[in-house]
Amino acid sequence: MEFLIATAVAFTTAAGIYLILQNRTFSIVLGLTLLTYAVNFFIFASGRLSLNHPNIISDPNERYADPLPQALVLTAIVISFGMTALILVMSVRSYFESGNDLAELFGPEETVSKDRK
Amino acid sequence: MSHWLIMPILLPAVVASLLVLAVRHDIVLARVFSVGSTIGSLLVGLLLFAAACDGKTRVYALGNWHPPFGIVLVLDRLAATMLLLTAILGLIVALFAINGWDQRGRHFHPLMQFQLMGLNGAFLTGDLFNLFVFYEVLLIASYGLMVHGGGAARMRAGVQYVVINLTGSCLFLVSIALIYGVSGTLNLADLSRKVPNVPAGSHAMLNVGAMMLLVVFALKSAVFPIHLWLPGTYTNAPGPVAALFSIMTKVGAYSMLRVFTLVFPGLEWILPAALATLAVGSIGILSARSLGQQASFAAVASMGTILIAFAGSSPTSQSAGLFYLPHSTLSVAGLFLIVDLVINYRSGYGDALVGSPKYLHQGMIASMFLVFAISISGLPPLSGFIGKLLIMRGAQELSTWGWIWFVMLVSSLIGLVGFSKSGSLLFWKCGSQFDSDEAPVPGLLPSTKGTLNLPSIVLPMVALGIVLALLVTLSAFAGPITRYMDATAAQLHDPEQYNAAVLGVGS
Repeated sequence: MEFLIATAVAFTTAAGIYLILQNRTFSIVLGLTLLTYAVNFFIFASGRLSLNHPNIISDPNERYADPLPQALVLTAIVISFGMTALILVMSVRSYFESGNDLAELFGPEETVSKDRK
Repeated sequence: MSHWLIMPILLPAVVASLLVLAVRHDIVLARVFSVGSTIGSLLVGLLLFAAACDGKTRVYALGNWHPPFGIVLVLDRLAATMLLLTAILGLIVALFAINGWDQRGRHFHPLMQFQLMGLNGAFLTGDLFNLFVFYEVLLIASYGLMVHGGGAARMRAGVQYVVINLTGSCLFLVSIALIYGVSGTLNLADLSRKVPNVPAGSHAMLNVGAMMLLVVFALKSAVFPIHLWLPGTYTNAPGPVAALFSIMTKVGAYSMLRVFTLVFPGLEWILPAALATLAVGSIGILSARSLGQQASFAAVASMGTILIAFAGSSPTSQSAGLFYLPHSTLSVAGLFLIVDLVINYRSGYGDALVGSPKYLHQGMIASMFLVFAISISGLPPLSGFIGKLLIMRGAQELSTWGWIWFVMLVSSLIGLVGFSKSGSLLFWKCGSQFDSDEAPVPGLLPSTKGTLNLPSIVLPMVALGIVLALLVTLSAFAGPITRYMDATAAQLHDPEQYNAAVLGVGS
């Protein structure tokens, strides 16, 4: 199971980073989504992988699943979900404002205060 | 007393919700609430600052869950200083923004309050994961503020800013997972006690986690070579927002100082990067094409200076950095406000570094610019001079002091030349020879010439006057403030006292 999780995290991260390095906001959003999936898996694994164990310590001698990473991962999922929604909205707005979905800034002449009014 | 500790988070949170839900259509009421909340934060900040002066570390256990199981808020001298600085900056920005910026888009005031809440939380928290959560709070608010008012260039810069910060957040989470996986705790005080006892086999993972954490904080504080997001973001952000952002880079520096004195002692790693940051920042000041870019690079350079002092790792050096931190935050914020004034009044020409016809209030803006340029370049009599002097004195203990002195002195000179250039172009090279209907710079809009409904200059000048008064205070009372910062640095170098205060709760 460790091998499966490790390769899954590795492949998802690699795919995410590849997509983030593209020049289109849509690929970047997909890349960020993949990257957050990988990160969530990684946090989950940091509490050690175990099957069929309770996450409440009833008997100190028995094994248990660490509940804290599960709580952390829940927070991380909520935050990354909200962020993905936000960046989607911003990308769409950016697409409508500038007419294309390239991620780079304009040339230097155009960045100078054109839209700061 | 103990419940006052959560007020800096609670007050903006409540006011922000109120602003969104109850008074979203009434701009006057929103302004009253927003300014009232920042004044309240300032009073609370002063109260907490006065309390922290006795050198004790105060702890607030949320929900009365005892650390290390619950989340704690910790107030010590460093946290109190940062809270006070945030409150002051919040008030200045609120005053400046009600002059018109808050009407160019929606929800300026609630977003600003949420950002203040995130900042205060990040300064107060004593838990690594909670630090991440407050980072996200302040970042989400900053995304909204960054694109306030809209426009194609600003939206694009905003998307870049969000992407780079989301990637940074992913790194932050990975490093938190690594550290938790090895040590089994995320409470900073508990980590500080457990990290030295980690078995040798897990050192590699722990060190990778620590270094990734350093990279995340470096990204937030725009350290070379990951500073590239800052100029684009700050130049395209609205003026008051950029001024508020000038404390956001300092959150990164604060987190570095906190985590890398308490949990993983030693910040020497950052010194070469800090020197490069300062160099890049001052070269940027010289080569910038607009005053906004210049202010952004001044922010980069000031981060370099602060991190040089923090990397010194000795209490003397870090105390000097702590003295320079409020100075640089305030002067960079002031410069961004001036940029906004220039853009407003020099219609058709914006803040591009070219000659233009004479414009309204030119003399007043020019004299303000002169003062802030002096302050940022580190010329006497303002506090930048004292701060840089203290940092250079602190660096003398290091073997690399020659390099530090060289980079600091040369970059100050380069920055000074850059500011002289832009000052002469913007304020001296103005006259009737430029009176034509054609915009001198492609992309600038001559159509807005003379048609813009100019807001009054009174409130911006009040806001800038407050900044100026604070800078004068910093230099006039440099003695007592330096002694306070010395005590702050000494407290940082005594982690056992912090740990005892946090872990002693409830036992």
